[in-house]
Amino acid sequence: MEKIFKRCQSLSDLPMHYCPGCGHGIAHRLVAEAVDELGVREETIGVAPVGCAVVAYDYWNFDCSEAAHGRALAVATAIKRVHPQKLVFTYQGDGDLAAIGTNETIHAANRGENLSVIFINNAVYGMTGGQLAPTTLLGQKTSTSVDGRQKQLHGYPLKISEILAALPGVYYVERVSLESPAGVLKAKRAVKQAFQNQLNNLGFSLVEVLSPCPTYWGLSPQAALQWIKDVMQKEFPVGRIK
Amino acid sequence: MIKIKIDQDKCKGCLLCVNFCPRGLIKKSPKLNKQGLNFVEFDLQGDCSGCLQCAVICPDCCIEVYKSE
Repeated sequence: MEKIFKRCQSLSDLPMHYCPGCGHGIAHRLVAEAVDELGVREETIGVAPVGCAVVAYDYWNFDCSEAAHGRALAVATAIKRVHPQKLVFTYQGDGDLAAIGTNETIHAANRGENLSVIFINNAVYGMTGGQLAPTTLLGQKTSTSVDGRQKQLHGYPLKISEILAALPGVYYVERVSLESPAGVLKAKRAVKQAFQNQLNNLGFSLVEVLSPCPTYWGLSPQAALQWIKDVMQKEFPVGRIK
Repeated sequence: MIKIKIDQDKCKGCLLCVNFCPRGLIKKSPKLNKQGLNFVEFDLQGDCSGCLQCAVICPDCCIEVYKSE
């Protein structure tokens, strides 16, 4: 019996605590597979965020650090400067990277730090109860925008990837989506590319992953994937931005 | 011959694999696992093509795919 698909070495054997159908599990696996395929498991340091993925370090079989809310890129900058030969990446959600951590994100990108960022965009704050996030779509109902997001009251969805792509220090920005197995495979290529860029010393790389949050979107896991395809991808078009 | 093996204790029954399997070989089980959730089961008599869509989309990485001659 030959195994043609198995749990990779960089993913630990613990069951994940995420809700059924959550995209974090897929994104964790893509990171682990990319690290394994590049053969750098012993040379990798991940920085976990605050948010649903706060215990991501339990699920990965390589070294990890935890950062204060939004400060993952500041912590990663320090780690990378002390260990320039290591593969250092941050894994952050939209509430972490695009809200409380916008300052750290923009300045790390503007300094052109040689880091990789995996940015999980699920358009809500998942950990704290599905509140409105900067990336929430216009009209989207959340627990703090019960009539849907309104531009007069809440402003527009923040397109952090496009903002970062305008900075000269940024080398690579791509938006991918976990809406289907084909989308997952494209996401894996982008994650691997972001890591490869860092190993080649090319500069700041960011992969934005449109990820389902069935619980706080109030949808079944399958309907959440369809919603990404039908609604979310219109506001956040997938593809290489820079 | 291709078979898939589902880690039933890790499965949360999100049913994404059931929806994406092009041959309908994965079914929701009426039984509950350790987490108290309905896991999914593979039809061992089915003719699996090994397209890997179930394994690729599984959020909990509970599907392994085997090939034998």
